[in-house]
Amino acid sequence: MVNSLLQSIPIDYFIYLSTLLFCIGVTGVLVRRNAIIILGCVELMLNSVNLLLAAFSAYKGDADGQILVFFIMVVAAAEVAVGLAIITMLYRNTRSVDVSLFNRLKG
Amino acid sequence: MENIIYLIPILPLLGFAICGIFGSKLPKNIVGVIANLMVWVPFFLSVYLFINFTGPAPIKAEAFTWFAVDNFKVNFSFQIDQLSLVMMMIVTGIGSLIHLYSIGYMHDDKGFYKFFAYLNLFIFSMLLLIMGSNFLILFIGWEGVGFCSYLLIGFWFKNKEYGYAARKAFVMNRIGDLGLLIGIFMLAYYFGSVEFTDIAAKAGMFKSNDTVLIVATLFLFIGAMGKSAQIPLYTWLPDAMAGPTPVSALIHAATMVTAGIYLVIRSNAIYSLAPFTLDFIMYIGLATSILAAFIGLRQNDIKKVLAYSTVSQLGLMFVALGAGAYTTALFHVTTHAFFKALLFLGAGSVIHAMGGEQDMRYMGGLKKKIPVTYWTFLIATLAICGVPPLAGMFSKDEILVAIWQKDKLVWGLTLFSAALTCIYMFRLLFLTFFGDFRGTEEQKKHVHESPSVMTIPLIILAILTVFGGALNLPHYLGENISQKLAHWLQPIYVGIHAHEEPPFSTEMILLAVTLLVIALVAALVYNKYVVKKAQPVIVENMTGWEKASAKAAYVNELYNEVIVNPVLALGRFFKNIVDKYIINGIVEGTARAVQGCGSLLRMVQNGNVEYYVLAMSLGIFILLLVAGYLS
Repeated sequence: MVNSLLQSIPIDYFIYLSTLLFCIGVTGVLVRRNAIIILGCVELMLNSVNLLLAAFSAYKGDADGQILVFFIMVVAAAEVAVGLAIITMLYRNTRSVDVSLFNRLKG
Repeated sequence: MENIIYLIPILPLLGFAICGIFGSKLPKNIVGVIANLMVWVPFFLSVYLFINFTGPAPIKAEAFTWFAVDNFKVNFSFQIDQLSLVMMMIVTGIGSLIHLYSIGYMHDDKGFYKFFAYLNLFIFSMLLLIMGSNFLILFIGWEGVGFCSYLLIGFWFKNKEYGYAARKAFVMNRIGDLGLLIGIFMLAYYFGSVEFTDIAAKAGMFKSNDTVLIVATLFLFIGAMGKSAQIPLYTWLPDAMAGPTPVSALIHAATMVTAGIYLVIRSNAIYSLAPFTLDFIMYIGLATSILAAFIGLRQNDIKKVLAYSTVSQLGLMFVALGAGAYTTALFHVTTHAFFKALLFLGAGSVIHAMGGEQDMRYMGGLKKKIPVTYWTFLIATLAICGVPPLAGMFSKDEILVAIWQKDKLVWGLTLFSAALTCIYMFRLLFLTFFGDFRGTEEQKKHVHESPSVMTIPLIILAILTVFGGALNLPHYLGENISQKLAHWLQPIYVGIHAHEEPPFSTEMILLAVTLLVIALVAALVYNKYVVKKAQPVIVENMTGWEKASAKAAYVNELYNEVIVNPVLALGRFFKNIVDKYIINGIVEGTARAVQGCGSLLRMVQNGNVEYYVLAMSLGIFILLLVAGYLS
């Protein structure tokens, strides 16, 4: 069984790995200025969550988690499409993708 | 009869309304005539009432019920009796002459119509004061004359000093009014009524020197102190000279300042039961009389001398009241009204002739140039000094006799005060009318006698001053012609019988002593100012008592140090410390706290994506930590 093979690896490893990936993603968003990189880091955070969901799904032996993963992928794809479009527009206007230049959007 | 009574106060009020509303559009002469009629007619109505007054019992005219609470009812009503009739004739009579005189005196003034409107309102208030049948109507009039005096003293309000004088009069009167009001409340509480007749009827239920009566009468007397300018509330009256001269005559002679005397006579039922208060009144009156006379000795402003003279004479009236001689006090009010009005109007005529000069140091030698003013002024001066057979002599002599009966020491001091009166009055007379002219050349050419609209009142007043004594001749002149006023007033006194007269010989000796003192003083002053031609010295060069007198005994300075400056300091403390730090601290602190919160919140809206994410991450981190601890 694929399930039992996966279950032979302790779940802690998955949790540690996805937490690590998530933290790398957050750090990337916090420290980088390049909007493309930031989007990539957001992607990393989303995927770390996806990994965790997939792992829990495998351990529990039902499909709920995997379905959630599909939802996240769809939403993330839509988000990135919109995000990239915005970044493209910003780039056209400012010739830069440095997010620190975009503070004109403040309230 | 009742309609006439209502008409007397209504006419001046009407005059006030007409002059005040339409006066600016009417010609001056018409305004003057209307204002005069509105006082002259009430005068003749008062005389008519006086002639037709029959019974000893007062006539009451109840206009309407003012208010009623439970059993306590106050009517808006007038009481016509012996006392109010005498006062009404004095007020409207002297008031009319002053109105007539004002047409001439104020003729070139821009505020001509306003002046007459105020004068009419003043007469209306004074009539309310003396005609009201209860203490509350009296109080309306009392406040009314105070307010009108404020308007009139500050008539030339563009001069700052004059404005301050008006304010001083107003504030000092307010202090006295508070006393009067407390006294009225006490009477209302203990007697259940403020009607004069009710209080007089119920006074018998109190014992002599009952604490309630003493306190109530003292409070009423505080009111009288304010209006009648007694120590310690007298300093407004000399300053009241800032107003036009007819105003000084009106306030000083006939109306406002006699309100205190009227109040005490009107409340004689309770005052007679409070001998303690009467003694207090006597000593206050005596001290006021001497102090004011002392200050009058070295004043150089002709009106200031007369002002201090008024304060001094009012003091004498209170001395008479203190001795229980109510009639004598009213008699002196009457004669004083004649000669003091004459003195003021005469002084006004002098000032008019001198083109506005009020300082006696720059007058002199006016005797020949303005003869009518001189002769009438001379009569008034002799009358106020007590030279027989002028009106002032009889009233002053009666006061001295009454005091002799009561207290020999007070008699001596009163005589001293009377002697001081002679000194400053003769000094005034000699400096103004005798010797050489000391003014400028221009003034010398300008000097002229006043128009007849001004001299006629002077002549009428002079005649009254000469024959006024006939109102209450001393008893030794014969039963049929003497003591008219005393007999007339007898019904208004409660529980007082005609007091015992001293033996004839004593009276003659007292009179002789008084006359001797007057003659001696007059001779000395004549010697100094006419024979030796002494000139008044500049105030700065004076020394000792002369300087104290010229500087008004430093009472104003004393009041400034003891009352005004501490109050100002307190005000400054509240302004600089309490307001600045405490009140502003609270108000501005609130504002600053809100502002601070705002600037903190503003930081989460700085538009930097990194900060948003950092804040979000930190927030989640903290939430997780808290959740971890809680679970």
